[in-house]
Amino acid sequence: MLAFIIQRIFQSVVVLLLVGLVAFSMFRFVGDPIDNMLGQERTGADIERLRTQLGLDQPFPVQYAKFLTNAAQGNFGVSYRQGRPVSDILAERAPATLELAAVSGLFAMVLGVALGVFTAIRRDGFTSNAIMTVSLIGVSLPTFLIGILLIYLFSVELGWLPSFGRGETVQVGGWTTGFLTASGLKALILPAITLGLYQMTLIMRLVRSEMLEVLRADYIRFARARGLRDRSVYFRHALKNTLVPVITVTGLQLGAIIAFAIITETVFQWPGVGLLFINAIQFVDIPVMAAYLMLISVMFVGINLIVDLLYFAIDPRLRVDRVEAKA
Amino acid sequence: MNAVARFWESDIGWSFRHSPVAVVSCIVVLILVLAAIFAPLLAPYDPFDPASLNLMNGFSKPMEPNAFTGETFWLGTDDQGRDVFSTILYGMRISLFVGFAAVAFALVLGVSLGLIAGYVGGWTGTIIMRIADVQLTFPSILVAMLIFGIAKGITPIDMRDQVAIWVLIVAIGLSDWVQFARVVRGATLVEKNKEYVQAARLIGRRGPAIMLRHILPNVLSPVLVIATISLALAIIAEATLSFLGVGAPPTQPSLGTLIRIGQGFLFSGEWWILLFPAATLLTLALAVNLLGDWLRDALNPKLR
Amino acid sequence: MTPPILSVRDLVVEIPTRNALLRPVDRVSFDIAAGEILGVVGESGAGKSMTGNAVIGLLDRPAHIASGEIWLKDKRIDGLKGEGLRKVRGKGIGMVFQDPLTSLNPLLPIGEQISETILEHLPVSKSEAEARALAALEEVGIPAAKARMGSYPHEFSGGMRQRVVIALALCAEPDLVIADEPTTALDVSVQAQIIALLKRLCRDRGTAVMLVTHDMGVIAETADRVAVMYAGRLAELGPVRDVLTAASHPYTAGLMGSTPLASKGLARLNQIPGSMPRLGALPTGCAFHPRCPKTQEKCRVDPAPPMQGRAACWYPMTVEEIA
Repeated sequence: MLAFIIQRIFQSVVVLLLVGLVAFSMFRFVGDPIDNMLGQERTGADIERLRTQLGLDQPFPVQYAKFLTNAAQGNFGVSYRQGRPVSDILAERAPATLELAAVSGLFAMVLGVALGVFTAIRRDGFTSNAIMTVSLIGVSLPTFLIGILLIYLFSVELGWLPSFGRGETVQVGGWTTGFLTASGLKALILPAITLGLYQMTLIMRLVRSEMLEVLRADYIRFARARGLRDRSVYFRHALKNTLVPVITVTGLQLGAIIAFAIITETVFQWPGVGLLFINAIQFVDIPVMAAYLMLISVMFVGINLIVDLLYFAIDPRLRVDRVEAKA
Repeated sequence: MNAVARFWESDIGWSFRHSPVAVVSCIVVLILVLAAIFAPLLAPYDPFDPASLNLMNGFSKPMEPNAFTGETFWLGTDDQGRDVFSTILYGMRISLFVGFAAVAFALVLGVSLGLIAGYVGGWTGTIIMRIADVQLTFPSILVAMLIFGIAKGITPIDMRDQVAIWVLIVAIGLSDWVQFARVVRGATLVEKNKEYVQAARLIGRRGPAIMLRHILPNVLSPVLVIATISLALAIIAEATLSFLGVGAPPTQPSLGTLIRIGQGFLFSGEWWILLFPAATLLTLALAVNLLGDWLRDALNPKLR
Repeated sequence: MTPPILSVRDLVVEIPTRNALLRPVDRVSFDIAAGEILGVVGESGAGKSMTGNAVIGLLDRPAHIASGEIWLKDKRIDGLKGEGLRKVRGKGIGMVFQDPLTSLNPLLPIGEQISETILEHLPVSKSEAEARALAALEEVGIPAAKARMGSYPHEFSGGMRQRVVIALALCAEPDLVIADEPTTALDVSVQAQIIALLKRLCRDRGTAVMLVTHDMGVIAETADRVAVMYAGRLAELGPVRDVLTAASHPYTAGLMGSTPLASKGLARLNQIPGSMPRLGALPTGCAFHPRCPKTQEKCRVDPAPPMQGRAACWYPMTVEEIA
């Protein structure tokens, strides 16, 4: 097990180094950083000084190493567009995205698992079939259209919920939260549904098919033959056995949620890092793009690692060294 | 015509005839594709010809004569007096062109790399599949955005709008080749060790010839399925990128761009500028998706 | 005579399919008394497992009991649903499945699987249930049972797992145990141990056993009486000794002839020609007639008669033929 974990950590580091290389290459070769940082009025001396200051006169591997060291310390340089350190801008924007992602992730997971179990247990029921049909359409809908649809319905027609922004936020330490005000919570509803709906559908369909598979297993028949209650058969015996594949996909979907937040944040003008990234692409603000890329990679790689570790927690068969010790 | 008749009589043809969903989606896709191809003939106005535009026609409601000019537009006009029906036809042309081209690009790239990775193997294969794995860690829409952003950065500013469509095709294509490569590589590994391939090798056929003549035909049906599903995804990806403002430029608006423009009028009551392009995109994506689902089930019942 | 624990009367199980109505179990009747072991034999597809599943109410749709009665002691249990059925399962009837590799939940420790079953059916506290689970494991011969309460199924060998399954089947003190091919998936060296264990435990408790198997050797060693099934019907039913030494139904006789029994020495094995018909393609008359050495015109036309003596046959084996 330890060997496996070490191997996975090693792989993660390789991925991060590769992504770092991409980010660095962007930084170094897309446009001229000097051009981007100095305005129209510049002298040869200015250029030279900045070149040395940025280390652009050094060999490529040295620059790369320096870029990585800086990145590891959270130093991604200065935004071309806003003229402020990228790390400051990101720190300011991150809470909005994380809160949104957390709420929609929770929404997707809880509702996805619940509906998946429901449609598996009542596999031929009318409600189940209706849910499955709707979910098929839901998978084909582009996220931004769902967002627009919700805005049209709940903001334009009914006027119940705000269509953009975070509402009132409260500063707690270095973190701005929308969880503590009524308008903040209200503003969260539509974006969270928009962002979570697709992932919820995926999780639901996966849980359903895994659950149907498990319900055919011998140990479920045996559990029934022993006269256990339905609740125990479904939740204690069946659900737990569906969790391994579900966790894989759910984990990866949580990563996807952060990426798809870009779309939702644009639709709802949600002041998070996704909106920042889109604006950065529109204005070719390379430092922000590079930093976002690095940040999201760290997140993805971290999630993948956690998913791998969760396997061991759930499935005792995978704890190989323990079996060897007992045999 | 012979090919059509053969298709009709085949197993797939039978399954097609007996699936109302497949027939309806196929007809819908055909109509939309034809409408896109013949857009210049079908569209009552040329939305890109400034001479034909009349600002007085702005915000005409669907099916109602304009208050100033008395002209009637089926689906209304936008703020600049452009006929919404015409912009949709032209927009769909761009959406479908980008979709098909991106899938074709991804297909050629993925199939070639998959064949190489499977047939040659060794270091080359490992590197190709490693890159695929790393890329698969990230959602393809993010990869496409990134590629679009980088390409934008290295294009001179005054060229950006002109190359945007092509950049979009490359970005979506590059974000989508992995599926093809994986399937083709897997199938190649299987086929490679079969006797007929060994035999072809023994009689002195070269690697590329074997790959094209013997292995490629065997992987065509999964590739076809992936291509159809990828088409739906590519159309949605294109629309999403354009909607986000990092895709087709306003000078060449795709359906996504039109929806982006239309969203601005959501609150002011001009719903038709948003609704009709959105409904078109929805129909297109849903029909292609359902067709892909059906094709997957029909070609490989085991996957169901 | 004491009233039977299990009484099955004219049980019919039907499976409606697109083309035909199949009857995997057709008018089957038998009793099992307390402490008695009834062996049910037959080729695969003869309906023996289906009969067992029907008794415990585990038929998979669309299979269902079409007619007949099943009585457990003085309670009719066919047609039970929901809570009533659940209380019969485990408490009234325990079940042992064929494959111990798949019949235990891989993600729950075995001790927990046993104590949850006890808690479900017996009015005991949690700690009491755990103590009983431990006792059950010791009884089935799990070494160092206390230490292994927290072990997962994959940490046991096949034979040990089947012992755990037996402990599970018996832990709620059922009146009847249905053992469906309990040794088929096990190594030959372990089979005898498991059968002996099952036999000993049930004798001690006076539990009735319905032992479904295709292994005549197991029946010979274990059962008190034997029921022979062919194509969904009972061919012969009688005390083991009688059936083994003097089969009455030609099918049983053929089955005996094709089974290597140590008592018969090394004589050449006979074969029954042909194979059992599929349910959808049963011949007219007696289902066995195409393979039967004694077939007469009547067998081709009339369905096999109800049980006459031990066998359901128009022309049972005579004393001379057996010799």
